[in-house]
Amino acid sequence: MSNTLLKGARVIDPASKLDAKRDILIKDRKVARIEKSVADKKARVINARDLIVVPGLIDLHCHLRDPGRPDEETIETGSHAAVAGGFTSICCMPNTEPAIDSDGIVNYIYKEAARVGLCNVFPISAITKNRDGKELTEFGELLKAGAKGFSDDGDAVADNNVMRHALEYSRVFDVPIFEHPIDKSLAQDGLMNEGLVSTRLGLKGSPAIAEELIVARDLLLAKFTGARLHLCHISTKGSVELVRKAKKESVNVTCETCPHYFYYNDEVLDSFDANYKVNPPIRSETDRQAIIEGLKDGTIDCIATDHAPHCQAEKEVEFANAPYGMIGFETAVSLVIMELVNRQKMSWLDVIAKMTVNPARLLKINAGNISPGTVANITMIAPDRKWKVAADKIRSRSKNTPLLGTELKGRVRNVIFKGVLKYSLKD
Amino acid sequence: MSPKKDLIGIENLNADNISQYLDLADNFLEVLARPIPIVPSLRGKTILTLFFEASTRTQISFSIAAKRLSADVVNFSQSTSSVKKGETLLDTARNIEAMKVDGVVLRHSAPGAAQFLGQRIDAFVINAGDGTHEHPTQALLDLMTIRQHFGSFKKLNVLIIGDISHSRVARSNIFGLQALGARVAICAPPTLIPLEIKGLGVEVYYNLDEVIQDFDVVMALRIQLERQQSGLFPSVREYRTLYGLTKERVQKMKRKSIIMHPGPTNRGIEIDPDVADSEKSVILEQVKNGVALRMAVLFIHAGGKIE
Repeated sequence: MSNTLLKGARVIDPASKLDAKRDILIKDRKVARIEKSVADKKARVINARDLIVVPGLIDLHCHLRDPGRPDEETIETGSHAAVAGGFTSICCMPNTEPAIDSDGIVNYIYKEAARVGLCNVFPISAITKNRDGKELTEFGELLKAGAKGFSDDGDAVADNNVMRHALEYSRVFDVPIFEHPIDKSLAQDGLMNEGLVSTRLGLKGSPAIAEELIVARDLLLAKFTGARLHLCHISTKGSVELVRKAKKESVNVTCETCPHYFYYNDEVLDSFDANYKVNPPIRSETDRQAIIEGLKDGTIDCIATDHAPHCQAEKEVEFANAPYGMIGFETAVSLVIMELVNRQKMSWLDVIAKMTVNPARLLKINAGNISPGTVANITMIAPDRKWKVAADKIRSRSKNTPLLGTELKGRVRNVIFKGVLKYSLKD
Repeated sequence: MSPKKDLIGIENLNADNISQYLDLADNFLEVLARPIPIVPSLRGKTILTLFFEASTRTQISFSIAAKRLSADVVNFSQSTSSVKKGETLLDTARNIEAMKVDGVVLRHSAPGAAQFLGQRIDAFVINAGDGTHEHPTQALLDLMTIRQHFGSFKKLNVLIIGDISHSRVARSNIFGLQALGARVAICAPPTLIPLEIKGLGVEVYYNLDEVIQDFDVVMALRIQLERQQSGLFPSVREYRTLYGLTKERVQKMKRKSIIMHPGPTNRGIEIDPDVADSEKSVILEQVKNGVALRMAVLFIHAGGKIE
């Protein structure tokens, strides 16, 4: 196949701390050269002069509903949406039907993702069988099949002793335990953040303490066991403070947040729009500011989407009866640019690190950087391009995003996966 | 001023909006005192009362109000503890739209249900209580009753006692009283007070005996017995001891003060029978005003013309 040459891009590669104009030559599916000027007369040239070029983005946290809910999403439709959002590697959570808790299902996901061939799909396996919170899954077998971590996402591991054993057992493999920090007995069936807005609206609240209690418990257990803890989608000021303190004490912890926790505060719930119903809930402005602070000072390592597709029939109901979750693949980059880069003035290097090299290190995968010899997974972003979110243009099978009809800034333009142009925005 | 299509809550109303409802309701009180208490204002209009939660008095009140305005009234009630069963609210909305009613009075257990329906149909929607969110006509009739007694809301001290967390009546009254300039306080154990309620500008008290003498209006809320089962207070007996409107407590109240209750009362729990029937109690005035107030609401939202 012919070589591809990206000309005149601003290349942001956090792994090598590179932020400069470069040409990139892709040859035999790999990055061959990154230099100030590369010439190759036979190469197909992509003019990247106004584009930001970053390593293919990595999403630590998404829901592909496969197996189980093909009406909401499949590995195929999810891959299409992911690549349109700039992601070349995504980690799918195990709350499928059946749950990802056996090597057979892990194998199925790899096979299906390879057939689709648009991005890497890395399964996160359940910690406990059927996500019941009781018996551990076969970590060894699951890792051998290709699972990249363990999580009972959707729920925390409620039983302290089971969580202790999961963390201890994970040390055999030096693999992270992904926790969805939420204490169910405190969260009850809370519909939104508990605070002034829930008080005004009369919607049952889920308090910040329901998240922080499990964050605190898990940090203690991680310290006690010495295992690797990854806290999913943290959303509160208290969680940021707990993680910050634990990192100072060298606890083996990483964490992620999602665009909706730094982009919105709970006043958006005034609309009773069930597309804003997520778990954990969108928090107060104070929490939002603390999340941004945690992103800036490095307490929060990664930005994940928590892409959670739901069909319209289930979402367009009374707020109380709607399931939790919003889709996020195709809008994540825009929200990151608009809030973190443009408004908060975070550097591109810092922001992109949280979507590339940081998750790659956590997963121990060979991705998330652009350097000679690596597989060419590359995302090109038009940082100033304005666009309007429209249901018929969304590639995810589900359209549950509160951003429908909203104008955003910054959009993924082209995506190269394993050296091949897999996505190109149609003008 | 032309009102919004729907009446979802008091939160978004200002003092003028509220006064418009109350002034018209006062006029309709006169109509109701006539030998033939009926006006032709909404002749030919069809009002559907759609009650997905058990309620007798509110539905009857709306139904009578609509009939006094000569509207055609269709009543539907289906008490479903789980709204997930059966037809969805979205389907209901589409059916209503197909049948061309002019207005819908909705009672539903889910906060936001009235707004959801209002956004999806052309007919006007009156919220007759959406879960723990708002109950605007109850608050308006309470405000109407208070105004009849005190004339104005300035320097008026109002105390609401009981389960504030789960009370749409409390929410709507807090918004309305504040819009009109009254001082609002609540009294309940912290387990029945929502987080950050002070952000709404209300005063919070836990000890009723220390404050009851300061208020012109004391409003007791109905205590739901299932709250005790979910551990929010230990027993009905203790609730009455701490927060019940007993004769002894009422004797400490201001001379010209009034006692209100949105009904139905748990006699002997949040309010003692002799207090509910005492001269301070305006509970039946509230019910009477309710019909006139709901006439005003239906009239305004149906675009009625004053003749």
